[in-house]
Amino acid sequence: MTRLGVFICHCGKNIARTVNIEALREKVSTLPDVVLAKDYLYLCSKPGQTMIADDIREHRLDGALVAACSPRLHGKTFAQTAQRAGLNPYLLDMANIREHCSWVHIDGAEGTEKAFSIIKGSLGRLRYAEPLEPFQSPVTKRVLVIGGGVAGIQAALDIANSGHEVYLVEKSPSLGGHMAQLGETFPTLDCSSCILTPRMVEVSQNEYVHLFSYAEATRVEGNIGQFQVTVRLRPRYVDETLCTGCGDCVPTCPVVVPNEFDQGLGARKAVYLPFPQAVPAVYTIDWDACLNTDKLIICENCYKSCEARAINFLMEPREITFEVGAIILSTGYELMPVAHIGEYGGDGYEDVIDGLQFERMLSASGPTGGVVRRPSDGRIPQNVVFVQCAGSRDPEHGVPYCSKVCCMYTAKQALLYKHAVPDGQAYVFYIDIRAAGKGHEEFVQKVMSEERILYLRGKVSKIFKSGDKIVVWGADTLSGRQVEIEADLVVLAMAVIPSSGSQKLARTLHIASDLGGFFSEAHPKLGPLESNTDGIFLAGAAQFAKDITDTVSQATGAAGKALSLLANDFIRLEPTVSGVEEGLCRGCGLCASICPFGAVTMSPSEKTGAMVAGINPVLCKGCGLCAAGCLSGAITLKGSSFRQIFAQLEEMV
Amino acid sequence: MPEGLRVGYFPGCTLKTDARDFESSALAVAGALGIEVAELGRWNCCGTVYSLDAVNLMPRLASVHNLIRAEEEGFSEIMTLCSMCYNTLKRTNNLFTSKNNGLAAINDFLCLKPGYSGRVKIYHFLEFLREKIKPEQVKDLVVRPLDSLAVAPYYGCLLLRPKEMAIDDPEKPEILTPFLSALGAKVIDFPLNNECCGAYQTAMHPEAVARRACRIISSAQSEGADMIAVSCPLCHYNLSALQGMVRSTHPGLKAMPIVYFTEIMAQAMELDYKTEVEAIPRDAEPGREAVK
Repeated sequence: MTRLGVFICHCGKNIARTVNIEALREKVSTLPDVVLAKDYLYLCSKPGQTMIADDIREHRLDGALVAACSPRLHGKTFAQTAQRAGLNPYLLDMANIREHCSWVHIDGAEGTEKAFSIIKGSLGRLRYAEPLEPFQSPVTKRVLVIGGGVAGIQAALDIANSGHEVYLVEKSPSLGGHMAQLGETFPTLDCSSCILTPRMVEVSQNEYVHLFSYAEATRVEGNIGQFQVTVRLRPRYVDETLCTGCGDCVPTCPVVVPNEFDQGLGARKAVYLPFPQAVPAVYTIDWDACLNTDKLIICENCYKSCEARAINFLMEPREITFEVGAIILSTGYELMPVAHIGEYGGDGYEDVIDGLQFERMLSASGPTGGVVRRPSDGRIPQNVVFVQCAGSRDPEHGVPYCSKVCCMYTAKQALLYKHAVPDGQAYVFYIDIRAAGKGHEEFVQKVMSEERILYLRGKVSKIFKSGDKIVVWGADTLSGRQVEIEADLVVLAMAVIPSSGSQKLARTLHIASDLGGFFSEAHPKLGPLESNTDGIFLAGAAQFAKDITDTVSQATGAAGKALSLLANDFIRLEPTVSGVEEGLCRGCGLCASICPFGAVTMSPSEKTGAMVAGINPVLCKGCGLCAAGCLSGAITLKGSSFRQIFAQLEEMV
Repeated sequence: MPEGLRVGYFPGCTLKTDARDFESSALAVAGALGIEVAELGRWNCCGTVYSLDAVNLMPRLASVHNLIRAEEEGFSEIMTLCSMCYNTLKRTNNLFTSKNNGLAAINDFLCLKPGYSGRVKIYHFLEFLREKIKPEQVKDLVVRPLDSLAVAPYYGCLLLRPKEMAIDDPEKPEILTPFLSALGAKVIDFPLNNECCGAYQTAMHPEAVARRACRIISSAQSEGADMIAVSCPLCHYNLSALQGMVRSTHPGLKAMPIVYFTEIMAQAMELDYKTEVEAIPRDAEPGREAVK
């Protein structure tokens, strides 16, 4: 390059306060090949951009440097400016003299000197820049949604209603997730299943939705716009197409096991429908519980009782594959097992239960028909202690975060208990009350003031059994006293943790998760719906603990993100990715093992037949790890070649 | 007898004064099990339990001197009987082995050359038994099985907390169970077996400690225990010596014998050791009259 232009931004006073712009401009104008050095108050403004575009054309610049803020802020702005002026946008670079310089210096002389050094280095780098062209990749206009709780149902419906096909994959035999288990929802006390089940039916009947329950996504390959997905369908041992849902098989089944839908409080048979409103309304044989094995059929009771001939003991797992353009993850949450908290009895006491178990007790379809009863002896409890932050906000138990929903659901549960047992006493131990949603604080205040529920501010230190009572030791930090309550039932608002299997899924999809195991969002403020892998979006409690309102909002948002991707026939991808010089590659495969995105594959060269590295530009994020790792210097990160980086360093030091 | 089962022994002050029964019974049991217990030639106060403050090195210095002597005398493993000595020595030793190494600071402070290496392993006798002795070995030595005796192991705090020191699950300790079972006793698990006995409050607020002792004893009683087995001289003192005070305020509380776990082991094995207490009565009613 021989005709370079440098544009220096004042950024109001942001840069000009500690950088002497005039002195800097004069010094820069003497650098070799710089035919033009200008400054302006705000280069990102329309007149500023017009000035740059005009100068590029007028002075026939073959490289332009904008010395201003971070390229993360305005890189795209100035790339478009260059494009408009007919200069390849990759021949316009930015030198960051704001975040890296003026903001961190007080002394004007030092700031000016450093700004000059940064510009000099950037010019060195620009000198070896090459024009690059973005490339395109086609978009398959279908979406995969993993997880069939309320988040997945909402996302699938939004996408299907726009006329796009959706694959909805749910691990358990029925859609519904945890919301189907809940009694009533806060703060409006809507019946949870009454508002959910119409959606479950709607999604199952929508012609654009391919529903796979009792299934798991086992392999996902490809990239944004083109994911190849393999789903494994577990055998139900009941033919979905033949089962009429009559339930004649159930009474004949001799096997009784705990009912997971009732959180272990009730029982079910080995052949079962998880709950009456289950979708699909098809029975499933729990093969682990069933007396039969793959080799030996011991019991044929269900088979004999099924008039529709739907039972098939020989059913085998099936795999299906399909391609989608986007993926939405809505795999939800679980509660931390009570066993994790030894001081609360470690799951050793029947009458110490978790919040979801209490929900089942409150539910009209639950194991007690909606009557609150102690699991141990069936008595109606007169003293119930609710413990918030059981595991949450407690790094000792591995969960430093607030689980967000417990304050609200505990208030609701205490209220519903009081409605069920008006002469009973409810106690709630809390650290703080976090009721920051619409109508939430009002709800908690109502519970506290109108229902005569005793809120105690403090942690519970120990829970143990004494006779037929459960003794709760805690602190009341407002009165400064230790509290001892002899309760009939204790309800622990256990910490919300990611659902089991989400880590395995994160590995399958090459996406990141945070320290708590929740899927990481692309940006905590500006990218809360996206994972860090393009084309994979997040919805609901899989990203972090959240209530139904927030879950549905995020699900609709994620669906919107997926749909705006699907609105394009092709996606435009940045060309700043790695490339391999085949002749230099010795096929060691180090780059493939280094790449965190699975973008490098080893395959025989078309020319020589020897193993060489190949980079999928769609998967490549341009991190440069492969280039730095390559022992033969065969890999170059476009836009950041070694020549560019060394030239930049040489100019700066 | 297993080869080379030899361990250094740090007694601490109480074992030579108030808890002589504990020492003599433990040494007798160790001898019967073929463990060679070699008391350190020279030792001083363990330093006694200090605060959890991580910065101040001063409280650790007494322990360090003991650890250095143990190393000088050629012991790579030393054992204590007193829970307090165990906790104090172990926490000091952990300071040397943990990542934020206190070794250099202490060695510099004491002007030691060569300083302490941090390589001595600290055991509590119970932990030593668990790792080196099988319960069947204990069973083989039992002459007088404790078939009719319900024993509630009580662990207190110092063997279990802070959790880095714990010789067992701090919330559900069971380390004594296999050994008591080997004696033929019925082992009683009670929810307050890891509660604080009141510790040093016994000097200033004995009534507060008595209240705690009352809770602990009545909890064990309601689970059907005939006696409580302890491993700490201070727990022993607080639960037994204060029982009179407890019973004056809670007349309903029945007397509960408090014994060191080694005493019932020694007596089940009918070992000859110096004692003033008959932990296991020879009459048919086990436990009831045993307390002084």
